[in-house]
Amino acid sequence: MGQFNEMYQGTEVRAPYARLQDWVATMPEELRSLKQAEAEALFRRIGITFAVYGEGGDPDRLIPFDMFPRVFSGTEWARLERGIKQRARALNAFLVDVYGRGEIIRAGRIPAHLVYRNEAYEKAVVGFVPPKGVYSHIVGVDIVRTGPDQFYVLEDNCRTPSGVSYMLESREIMMRMFPDLFRENRIEPVDTYSEKLRRTLASVAPAKCKGEPTVVILTPGHFNSAYYEHSLLADLMGVELVEGQDLFVEGEYVWMRTTEGPQRVDVIYRRIDDAFLDPLCFRPDSMLGIPGLMDVYRSGGVSICSAPGAGVADDKAVYTYVPDMVRFYLGEEPILQNVPTWQCGREEDLKHVLANLPDLVVKEVHGSGGYGMLVGPKASKDEIERFRAKLVEDPANYIAQPTLALSTVPTFVEEGVAPRHVDLRPYCLVGERIELVPGGLTRVALKEGSLVVNSSQGGGVKDTWVLAE
Amino acid sequence: MRLTVDHLTSYRYDVPVRSVVQSHRLTPSAFAGQKVIDWEVTVTGGVRGASHRDGAGDVVQGWTIAGPVEEVAVQVRGTVETEDLAGVLRGHRESVAPDCYLRETAPTRIDVALAALAASASGSDCLALAHALSLAVSDAIAYRPGVTHAHTTAAEALALGEGVCQDHAHALIALARARGVPARYVSGYLFATEDGTPHEAAHAWAELHIPGLGWVGFDPANRCCPDDRYIRLGSGFDAQDAAPIRGVARGAAVEEMDVRVAVLQSAQ
Repeated sequence: MGQFNEMYQGTEVRAPYARLQDWVATMPEELRSLKQAEAEALFRRIGITFAVYGEGGDPDRLIPFDMFPRVFSGTEWARLERGIKQRARALNAFLVDVYGRGEIIRAGRIPAHLVYRNEAYEKAVVGFVPPKGVYSHIVGVDIVRTGPDQFYVLEDNCRTPSGVSYMLESREIMMRMFPDLFRENRIEPVDTYSEKLRRTLASVAPAKCKGEPTVVILTPGHFNSAYYEHSLLADLMGVELVEGQDLFVEGEYVWMRTTEGPQRVDVIYRRIDDAFLDPLCFRPDSMLGIPGLMDVYRSGGVSICSAPGAGVADDKAVYTYVPDMVRFYLGEEPILQNVPTWQCGREEDLKHVLANLPDLVVKEVHGSGGYGMLVGPKASKDEIERFRAKLVEDPANYIAQPTLALSTVPTFVEEGVAPRHVDLRPYCLVGERIELVPGGLTRVALKEGSLVVNSSQGGGVKDTWVLAE
Repeated sequence: MRLTVDHLTSYRYDVPVRSVVQSHRLTPSAFAGQKVIDWEVTVTGGVRGASHRDGAGDVVQGWTIAGPVEEVAVQVRGTVETEDLAGVLRGHRESVAPDCYLRETAPTRIDVALAALAASASGSDCLALAHALSLAVSDAIAYRPGVTHAHTTAAEALALGEGVCQDHAHALIALARARGVPARYVSGYLFATEDGTPHEAAHAWAELHIPGLGWVGFDPANRCCPDDRYIRLGSGFDAQDAAPIRGVARGAAVEEMDVRVAVLQSAQ
């Protein structure tokens, strides 16, 4: 199968990787293992670990870090950037529309049931337009590559995409370990992310807020697998990291308990799900949220990022329609393509999927993290048959996609350096302006031939470089 | 008909709590069948939060009560002019798509018995079907207070064959959704007439979305459609979602609630 190697075209080295050729060729074996151990020690020291659900074992297991960077040329990135921003604009236009007049549904461009019967569609925010018309302030777009110019969007993450701390820490560690590389290559910085995020959040403060807005990050707590990221972002932005119990509603506003008395909060960057935000509006048993928050939000007393209800845009069944959203709202042709997707809820699609299971990837519509999916070419006959039964039972719960020949990037492995499959998650910021830091999270499937890059399934991370032109 | 409402909900805590936060759907919104003459909600020691009208057209009002709190009294007093529209919710300003109300919730989840009951009803059109479904619920669940509780599901009430207006409404919603008809829970007040039909002054019923008519109320507990004896407060997927008062107290106390409702006909 013609897999695209991002560094080598036959024996030729592609331009963005030109300076890495010598670096890797001249790196002595001992130095390599030394550096790898150093990287691991650094990651462990800063405490960036990732609790993996359902796998048992060490909950503070490190995500493996691979020192071989993934590199984009300035030109490659410019096109990706336009495509990602276009997508983020369309997704937000869609969200404002489906909580307003629903023009895209009236126009027959997307089936009503996919939106209105969706669990992530929040009736409580119908008719509400958040400040600047933004529902999803951080859009994580998962992208895979199959050729020099072939990029596909695998999925969108409109709620609270995680992993940006890996982008920041991977860069930090690479710069510490290989300062020469950063002198030899003109690499665009990513450490501007936290300032851009702070600006984005401040730009969507409610109209009632006068003066400099108070921004906080709301975390479910230290037991959450992404807690490290929550605290890192709070530190970098210079804002408070709070839990539900640190905030309370009084009168028309949300307040934060501080040693100097209550302080009004204008923008909440929440890292908890809609269902837990407010027991008076959503799950009554939630202990993580702030009672009364939604009443304040709906009356314009506080902004919530991402806005409650944003999840309806990143549903896997809705994903199929994102290219239509781009055309419908922006009147443009999509720059980034979707992976061809079969909706198993449709009879003819289901037929095709059942007939081609060994060649397809089948995912649960609401699943995430690589759980509950079937990778046809890697699955045993038994696994395929078990999955077939699940599919027939509840077809609407699944979508299927072809197994793509994901691009590879050289990766340090036991035997030296070998190609491994990668994907990319850049983080697009949407507020008054729309911004993208040149870089993102590159995840790498460390097992030979594996296409599953999820950290919960044995994936690792790489530093992602964008070269200045 | 001109109706006056006097509705007092009081909460007592055995030990004082640090604070109480409530969200109210306690103000009737205007539509062709009801006009608010005067209406006032007061909360002892409460600070009024901002209010908004939600997508379903309900007036939602937040309240906070700073601690220590031993007792909270929510007093509703008002007068509403009503008109009999045979249950049709005409002229009600709202923007939630009816399809939204095809979604199942825990108390309205369909089971085999509910599905069978839904299938047993028939009608020449959607309106006739809705009437048939409502009657099926009235026949299957007898009105009897005290056998069900706040968390009883539609399936459980049907199995018992007894329940109160909340159970009737949940069952009708489950049946309607099973037949592809959007349905929702409505909370409000009912004026007690002297003819002795079973009722509760703090009442609940269901609305079904009928093509051509829009939302139409059905009250299986009283085998009728809401008329000028009914005051409509708000709606939701189920009883919890449409609750006139949702609240949380901060503190480890046992809460005791007492409700007194009087709905009277007033002189013009």
